[in-house]
Amino acid sequence: MKHTISVLVENEFGVLARVAGLFSGRGFNIESLSVAPTLDSSLSRMTIVTRGDDRILEQINKQLNKLIDTVKVIDFTGEDYVERELAMVKVNADESVRAEVLRIADIFRSKVVDVTPRSYTLEVTGAPAKIDAIVELLRPIGIKELVRTGPVVLGRGSKGWKQAE
Amino acid sequence: MKKTGSQILLECLQLEGVDTVFGYPGGAVINIYDDLPDYPSITHVLTRHEQAAVHAADGYARSTGKVGVAIATSGPGATNTVTGIATAYMDSIPMVIITGQVPTPLIGNDAFQEADMVGITRPVTKHNYLVKDIRDLARIVKQAFYIARTGRPGPVLIDLPKDVQVASCKFEYPDKVELRGYKPTYTGNPRQIAKAAKMILGARKPVIYVGGGATLSDCNPELLDLAEMLNMPVTTTLMGMSSFPGNHDLSLGMLGMHGTYYANMAVTNTDLLIAVGARFDDRVTGKIDTFAPHAKIIHVDIDPTSIKKNVRVDLPIVGDLKQVLSAVVRKLHEEGDSVAALKERTAEWLEEIAGWKEKHPLTYTPSDSEIKPQFVIEKLSEMLNEDAIITTEVGQHQMWTAQFFRFKQPRTFLSSGGLGTMGYGLPAALGAQMAFPERQVVDISGDGSFQMNSQELATLVQYKLPVKIVILNNNYLGMVRQWQQLFFERNYSQTPLEVPIDFVKLAEAYGATGISTDRVDQVEEVIRKALETPGPVIMEFKVSREENVLPMVPAGRSIHEMVLAS
Ligand SMILES: Cc1ncc(C[n+]2csc(CCOP(=O)(O)OP(=O)(O)O)c2C)c(N)n1
Ligand SMILES: [Mg+2]
Repeated sequence: MKHTISVLVENEFGVLARVAGLFSGRGFNIESLSVAPTLDSSLSRMTIVTRGDDRILEQINKQLNKLIDTVKVIDFTGEDYVERELAMVKVNADESVRAEVLRIADIFRSKVVDVTPRSYTLEVTGAPAKIDAIVELLRPIGIKELVRTGPVVLGRGSKGWKQAE
Repeated sequence: MKKTGSQILLECLQLEGVDTVFGYPGGAVINIYDDLPDYPSITHVLTRHEQAAVHAADGYARSTGKVGVAIATSGPGATNTVTGIATAYMDSIPMVIITGQVPTPLIGNDAFQEADMVGITRPVTKHNYLVKDIRDLARIVKQAFYIARTGRPGPVLIDLPKDVQVASCKFEYPDKVELRGYKPTYTGNPRQIAKAAKMILGARKPVIYVGGGATLSDCNPELLDLAEMLNMPVTTTLMGMSSFPGNHDLSLGMLGMHGTYYANMAVTNTDLLIAVGARFDDRVTGKIDTFAPHAKIIHVDIDPTSIKKNVRVDLPIVGDLKQVLSAVVRKLHEEGDSVAALKERTAEWLEEIAGWKEKHPLTYTPSDSEIKPQFVIEKLSEMLNEDAIITTEVGQHQMWTAQFFRFKQPRTFLSSGGLGTMGYGLPAALGAQMAFPERQVVDISGDGSFQMNSQELATLVQYKLPVKIVILNNNYLGMVRQWQQLFFERNYSQTPLEVPIDFVKLAEAYGATGISTDRVDQVEEVIRKALETPGPVIMEFKVSREENVLPMVPAGRSIHEMVLAS
């Protein structure tokens, strides 16, 4: 089963390597990972999407907590949370398909962030499923390049951790 | 007053109460060595290999419970420490390893003698640091010692670039450690403890299964209390060995691959397995699905990741074993009556176990014509002092030691259990002897393993350390040969050690003493003579070459499916 985990870590050099090394060394899988500093710049927040049964997830959770640099771990699975991912898609924009691309972009409320005679680059945000959907629609038109951030999540309401933490 | 980085490091070691460090100099630590003579409270032991320095610090740590300290230079010196660090990591030994590093501006440039030690040791340390700014140094050293010895202990590496050793700043040792991400749990949850007491009182066939955590938390008195109070039999892993007296009526000896028949049968039939600081390693459990099939499992461990990693657990208790066990004992005392009843009730269970013991005791076929290795171990067990510290290498001799030596006191058996490192025993003995100059320290070795760190004879001689070395010489990498015999149709590929070594001359070349025999009737005399001889002594026993370690559970089989005889 898919799990989305947020990890609050010390914003120090080498921490990403520790987390990545933990996953690879123990044979856990990482589907996506995003990381950036928090409001408190001494901390970074990672969002990791992984897969595994309950036993594996329990181990992942405990092993992450065991790292000295880990301050907090939350597995959002089964919780109420909002999830967003950002993607940029450079898509073929030949004369015959330009209008079609813009129409699709419009449907997904995505923005055109770069234009050339040959291509449009679209920026799209939303739940990962929404990004999957636009990618599928654009694929037959000709995707030249695609980059996705991987999802980030926040608990709804009081679920999550206080900024002070 | 300002101090240099190397001075700050040594000041910190002094403040941490470090009296002995093991190390080997080189360009990237030359400043530390330059300042070392100004710190006479710190004795430095020059080993002859950096791996040995780390094993020696490990032996010092295992025998004392204090944090062991080792120093090595950058590059090859640092990479030589890796096996030692991994050995300590697998057995959760508190250590701080200091490696020199090339100057910070050169890091990442493939500079001379540069190795990314933080990267290399990340998976085999509890934590590690690269010190980039001298102002962080004191805090990092303080944290390193704290992390090494608290919670589930482990090795911590500090990589110290040369320019940081030379730079200077005001020295202030922090009196508190602040790590918001590291807060080990020591006291067990009272509700879980109450449940444990209840489960124990409900059990008919309880077994206590003790691992290395018991040694680390020094909970042997509490363990003895718990076992005796309810007459519960105790089996230990290799790492738990000296935490429960081997000559106690309730001792079942070791369980697992080379465990006793009765320990494995007891575990297979128990209705309550109380795991204390053990991690259900595959060498212990055999085929995991059939391990303790009828048991409810209570698992006490300070490290939450150990719990439910390999087996299902009915009652987890996270905490320091010493605190948890004494809380459980207290809880049981409150139940006066039923405790007495349980003591009665285990009588039947103990009888059942006694039956297994009678049927298949731990034994071997004695011989008049050749020396049986097991016989040597039995003699050592008889003749050495109760507080003698035994180290081993890895192989058959190690398993025979675990089977036939009766350890009576805690922290008297030092062996590489998790990593299984040949070459561990001699330097570990060196470290233990530094810590306890007055006690007997004996390395029980094989002819193969001994040659992995035999250069340490020089260190023993230099520091006048009277370590006694027993070599059970079978001219084989015996343990591997045994597997080849049993599972590879006697295809003894690359396991005979063809060149006979003259271990007596080898000892003498280093200025130590060597004694050798192949006669059974001389075994006692050789041991006696070695113990009487001052300084390091090698006792070589030419033993029967193809003796096997039995019983044995073939890898991947259930632990009750033991091979009992060849
Ligand atoms: C560093 C290292 N290399 C290889 C092994 C694999 N190994 C395990 S036991 C053994 C044989 C050890 O031979 P010896 O020291 O003579 O002991 P014996 O089994 O003969 O008593 C070997 C090669 C190991 N454990 N450690
Ligand atoms: Mg051998």
